[in-house]
Amino acid sequence: MSDGKLKIKINGTELFCKKDETVLTAAKRAGIYIPTLCHDDRLEPYGGCRLCIVHIKGVPKPLPACTTPVADNMEVTTETPTIKRIRKRLIELLLSNHPNDCMRCEKTGECELQDLSYKYGVDGSRFEGEKWDMPVREANPFIRYEPNKCILCGRCVRICNEVVMAGTIELTGRGFYTMPDTAFGKPRTLSNCEFCGQCVSTCPTGALTDKKSRGKGRAYEMKKVRTTCSYCGTGCNLDLNVRDGRVVKVTSAYDAPVNHGNLCIKGRYGYDFIHSFERIKSPLIRKGYKFVTASWDEALEVVASKFKALLKKYGPDAVGAFSSSRCTNEENFLLSKWVRTSLRSNNVDNCARV
Amino acid sequence: MAGLATSLGAGAATNSLAQMPEIDTLFLFGSNPTEAHPIVSIYLKKALRNGARLIVGDPRLTWMAKRADVWLNLRPGSNIALMNGLIHVILKNGWENRAFIERRTEGFEELREKVRGYDLKKVERLTGVSADRITEAARLYSHADKAMIVYGLGVTEHRTGTENAMAIANLALVCGHIGRPSTGIMALRGQNNVQGASDLGPAPNILPGYQPVASPDVRAKFEKAWGVPISPETGLKSVEMLDKACEGKFKGLFILGEDPAQTDPNVHEVRKALQSLEFLVVQDIFHTETTKYAHVILPGASFAEKDGTFTNGERRIQRVRKAIEPLSGMAEWQVISRLSNLMGYPMTYNHPSEIMDEIARLTPIYGGISYERLEKESLQWPCPTKDHPGTTTLYSDLFSRPGGLARFVALDHKGPGEVPDREYPFVLITGRIREHYNNGSMTGKVPGIVELVPEELLEINPADAKRLKISDGDTVRVSSRRGEITVRARITERSQKGNVFLTFHFRDALSNLLTSEYRDPVTGTPEYKSCAVKIEK
Ligand code: SF4
Ligand code: SF4
Ligand code: SF4
Ligand code: FES
Repeated sequence: MSDGKLKIKINGTELFCKKDETVLTAAKRAGIYIPTLCHDDRLEPYGGCRLCIVHIKGVPKPLPACTTPVADNMEVTTETPTIKRIRKRLIELLLSNHPNDCMRCEKTGECELQDLSYKYGVDGSRFEGEKWDMPVREANPFIRYEPNKCILCGRCVRICNEVVMAGTIELTGRGFYTMPDTAFGKPRTLSNCEFCGQCVSTCPTGALTDKKSRGKGRAYEMKKVRTTCSYCGTGCNLDLNVRDGRVVKVTSAYDAPVNHGNLCIKGRYGYDFIHSFERIKSPLIRKGYKFVTASWDEALEVVASKFKALLKKYGPDAVGAFSSSRCTNEENFLLSKWVRTSLRSNNVDNCARV
Repeated sequence: MAGLATSLGAGAATNSLAQMPEIDTLFLFGSNPTEAHPIVSIYLKKALRNGARLIVGDPRLTWMAKRADVWLNLRPGSNIALMNGLIHVILKNGWENRAFIERRTEGFEELREKVRGYDLKKVERLTGVSADRITEAARLYSHADKAMIVYGLGVTEHRTGTENAMAIANLALVCGHIGRPSTGIMALRGQNNVQGASDLGPAPNILPGYQPVASPDVRAKFEKAWGVPISPETGLKSVEMLDKACEGKFKGLFILGEDPAQTDPNVHEVRKALQSLEFLVVQDIFHTETTKYAHVILPGASFAEKDGTFTNGERRIQRVRKAIEPLSGMAEWQVISRLSNLMGYPMTYNHPSEIMDEIARLTPIYGGISYERLEKESLQWPCPTKDHPGTTTLYSDLFSRPGGLARFVALDHKGPGEVPDREYPFVLITGRIREHYNNGSMTGKVPGIVELVPEELLEINPADAKRLKISDGDTVRVSSRRGEITVRARITERSQKGNVFLTFHFRDALSNLLTSEYRDPVTGTPEYKSCAVKIEK
């Protein structure tokens, strides 16, 4: 193609792609499903789980879609009977060393392994064999690790090293007992982990889960509300997970323009303040040395009449307002408008321009 | 941001974050993104993995400084001298971008004259950075193809903050490193919506959208829309309101969501001012130092309890969505509307989207923004019309100054307001750590975070600690001419000899009791990044 674009066919559908993209990204863009387990858009292509294998015309062996670059006039079939058989086998193998306790697993409802075993109609019974039996690790405030549920996709290790560059977890151990872990299996502390929860956000199974929200609701019981983080000025998007009027969890917004699902400790785990018992819940009016609870009507009446009185006595130069870089655009605009219209003054400022 | 506005036209970052991975030379200045802006740091790390060279200007040996090709370990507050030195080297070697300077800038001769006096000997003396490092940094930056300067509060939180930013603009302009993808100046700021709050006019001299109060046309537009006369007089800055309060000339103040009694560097003065007010209203989600002085406290709604927008550090306007009802029954926009109605000026918004519509009508840079569009697209201002796609890279063609030219500003080194001496021999730098935020009123309510980082720690260099016989974890007294606090010490190479570091996240070890009263005269931003202290065991 003259503009550097290639033409390929996936399951008979023609589409144009960029030169350096993979079959998987091209398929995704066209809305064509290819199962994956070790892939995350935030990571470099890996090609570890083989679940994404596809048939390419003229190539004898199936190739992983996540690492195979597109080529002009390539014809891809995403599932053939052989590929389906291989996929079933791969999932069965994973399940054979898996505790299969979906009924009480935190991940149920959004587990990629569970979804695949449902979709392909397989369980772990065909390859009964030795299973991992390792203790749960959760001696830290945020992250629970159940090694038994790990399928060794390597996503946690890669996100921690490639994206966060924290180097907290690596594949440790040998042979059958290879698993992702912290160096020397030490508990996570600030000296070896940032607690960004990036590893949790990429784990396809219940091996890595958020500790704080355990038992607070299944994925399908949560109302997810897409919003913007209120901590720093990066503007990461995130999903507040709400159940019964409470924010009980934050999950990644993988299609967010700024952060693509990445978050830091504050954005992911810093939400408890919302329901803190220390929140001010009703207006308070000072009476002597004490504050007494008041209704909105009472309090706003006091504020309005007091400002009116001050204006009358001292004029608009003696009153004003500070607004906040913490508040929304609309609130800042409105406060600035209030000062200009109700106080007839220009005494409005941001109290610290940092 | 007044600095960039003077030099380039707008007080805003020139590029998008998404362009960062393609940077080939990154100059990180006065910013510690792995702590203060972790997700920006993910972009920058990607650039490093893609092979970008890295220059870091920072008195502290940060994560990035450790990995830098050149670490410019300047003395706090010597930013201008360093920038002038870099430009000096570039001009001396003919590494500047002549064509760019001629076509797109003005004031170059003054700058050239000025930096002539900043030879490496002098700059070495003023900044403490070796001549080799300065030369190497100048070479790397000027020879780059896609060079981006990313700066943070280590630039702006000085009494010369505005000038520091202009000095950075000078450097970028000399090399023509602005106005192209992955090439420009990104300012990383502290609080989530500094950009939006600056854009939308809570300032004494501008109306929303950086439209000057002094302009009769601007006033006429707002007077027509709002139906009231608007005073042509510049109002008082926050510092001035407080000063006048102490003098008994300023009487009534509404503080929305800020805590100057803790976060201001001069908390003594602020507290005195707040106490002198006849009437103080504070609206916040938590009790703070500031609410103690209020006559009426109004509950605020957290970001989960209201609809609205924030504008991030790359000028991207993004939705905040209501997930739960306001715990107190009302969100700030409703409170302000009701208050306005009670005072006789009707405000009848049914939803924040209507406020945004009004913003769009009155503010050209937000002219094309609506909640409807934000459901479907992500927009960066300037976005003047409903069919404008927003702007990722500023100044690709013209600068937004009169004549479309950028302006060089010739600047002199002034240094910090307070320098160390016999009695107070250390320089205290204050800043952020990843786990906490601002006055700690939010992160301090997250049990896991409190468990991980329960208290303030003074970072001190091993050599200094040894001299003072301080061991890791010892309790020490840090005092300045203004106050003292007691904290535990953490011995680390991150602090260079003679410098110590504290955050400002903890109420019971309030570093702002120590910081100095110096401020940037233009913006009023305090000099949080440098003051003189002594350390005793
Ligand atoms: S929380 Fe972040 S730093 Fe810690 S292991 Fe997970 S990805 Fe790595
Ligand atoms: S813990 Fe999760 S992400 Fe990590 S290797 Fe195991 S399954 Fe994959
Ligand atoms: S998630 Fe972290 S980096 Fe992103 S906006 Fe929030 S505080 Fe900033
Ligand atoms: S997703 Fe392609 S090999 Fe795992």
